[in-house]
Amino acid sequence: MKQSAYPYYPGCTLKASAKEYDISARLVCAQMGIKLEELDDWVCCGAASAHGIDRLLSIALPARELVTAQKFKAPLVTACALCFSRFKFAAYELRNEAMRNLIKYIIGEGEIQQNSDGVIHLIQLLDNNKDDIRVKKLLNGLRVACYYGCLLVRPKEVTNFDDEEEPQIMDKLIKLVEAETVDWKFKTECCGGSHMLTRPDIVIKLSHRLLYQAKQAGADCLAVACPVCHYNLDSNQKKIEANYKDNIGLPVFYFTQLVGLAMELSPKQLLLNKHFVNPMPLLQRKGLI
Amino acid sequence: MPGVDVITPKPITELRSWVETLSGQKVARCYQCGKCTAGCPVAYVMDPTPRQVMRALQLGLEDELLRSSTMWICFYCMTCAARCPREIDITKVMEALRLVSAQRKATPAQKDFKLFHNLFISNLNRFGRIYELGLGLTYNLLGKHPLSKAELIPGMLARGKLSFIPHRVKNTDRIRDIFNRIKAFEKQGKP
Ligand code: SF4
Ligand code: SF4
Repeated sequence: MKQSAYPYYPGCTLKASAKEYDISARLVCAQMGIKLEELDDWVCCGAASAHGIDRLLSIALPARELVTAQKFKAPLVTACALCFSRFKFAAYELRNEAMRNLIKYIIGEGEIQQNSDGVIHLIQLLDNNKDDIRVKKLLNGLRVACYYGCLLVRPKEVTNFDDEEEPQIMDKLIKLVEAETVDWKFKTECCGGSHMLTRPDIVIKLSHRLLYQAKQAGADCLAVACPVCHYNLDSNQKKIEANYKDNIGLPVFYFTQLVGLAMELSPKQLLLNKHFVNPMPLLQRKGLI
Repeated sequence: MPGVDVITPKPITELRSWVETLSGQKVARCYQCGKCTAGCPVAYVMDPTPRQVMRALQLGLEDELLRSSTMWICFYCMTCAARCPREIDITKVMEALRLVSAQRKATPAQKDFKLFHNLFISNLNRFGRIYELGLGLTYNLLGKHPLSKAELIPGMLARGKLSFIPHRVKNTDRIRDIFNRIKAFEKQGKP
């Protein structure tokens, strides 16, 4: 099998509340002959806060990591949709020479290359190398609602990811492992984002709408590619059910966990036990474990 | 013209020109169709709504805008920008308003948002990475929020999803240097 290495930026949440995303991503990539090389001593990208408080900071933080990643001859891989968005915005701003010079002075190290395609999301990495995904166990009968959220797809001229209203890239991966994907209209609607501390009422309302719509569309679980979405839909689900007196019970997987199951990685390896909504009964019912 | 009231346009206000500079968007292009508000998932808690923000900027209603929490409720989902028929990036307008607002004293409606984002940035400055548990607890403590807001913490701890110790980068000086150089550069010219 071919071997390749990509610089990898996990981001803060993948080291804490979204550990299972980081672990499953590394395992799946390893199976594909891809090594994710974590950037040395990486710093937070500024997330949802920096760009509204200090614009230069929101460009400088990702730019510093872009410089570190340049020594690899491969694009930087991000897994969190929020990090992905911040890196893409920074790369977009850095197309401007004056901005590049200013940021170079601010971060005080290295030349900044001008390459806005130098950042990709983990889904794109898997999609680009899908021939290396060896499916050992088909996930037949699982009905998945692929949820993309806002930040991967919008704005297209910056993220260059997929269609803004009807993306397909995750659906294709899920179909590759022979699970079914449901057709639903809320793929790119917002889950409430990073308002879980400041305005939990908004998160509860918007996430309920997503879970409800996924269920209406016939899904028995969701697949996501972002730790913020996962937190809102999974950790909050009990609270949402109580609030709306609605029985939802939809497990929320990271897409890497579903691909991993199809590679015959065990639920334990993929840390399926970290979720608030226990996915094991569903997987048992479908005869997948 | 005698006998006719001539409506003289207001001079472009300071806020509007700041917003136009920071966002790169022309406020006058908006023709008030309301498509931005129609697609905005949080317009139902915004006052003013995205369309009204554009109108307020056109009319120079600075105080109304800067008192509101609209630019802090907006979570940059970018739906409005993707759909505006006049190709105005309203998300950038919201971001510009937030940048201006961040420089001013918080109004009651903005208090919690500013607290959260400022804590986030100081957390980042101090450790280089975000310490989720610490951030959550300080936010609730300083914001005098009831502990009910922290109800998920036990479940997160049980699943090993939060740590009691902050993750820190090795070289925190480098981050402090970045913050200091930005501060030095921004001394002049901030709204
Ligand atoms: S969608 Fe565009 S033109 Fe229509 S009201 Fe909003 S900003 Fe104005
Ligand atoms: S970017 Fe902000 S204003 Fe625009 S639709 Fe999203 S939340 Fe509403």
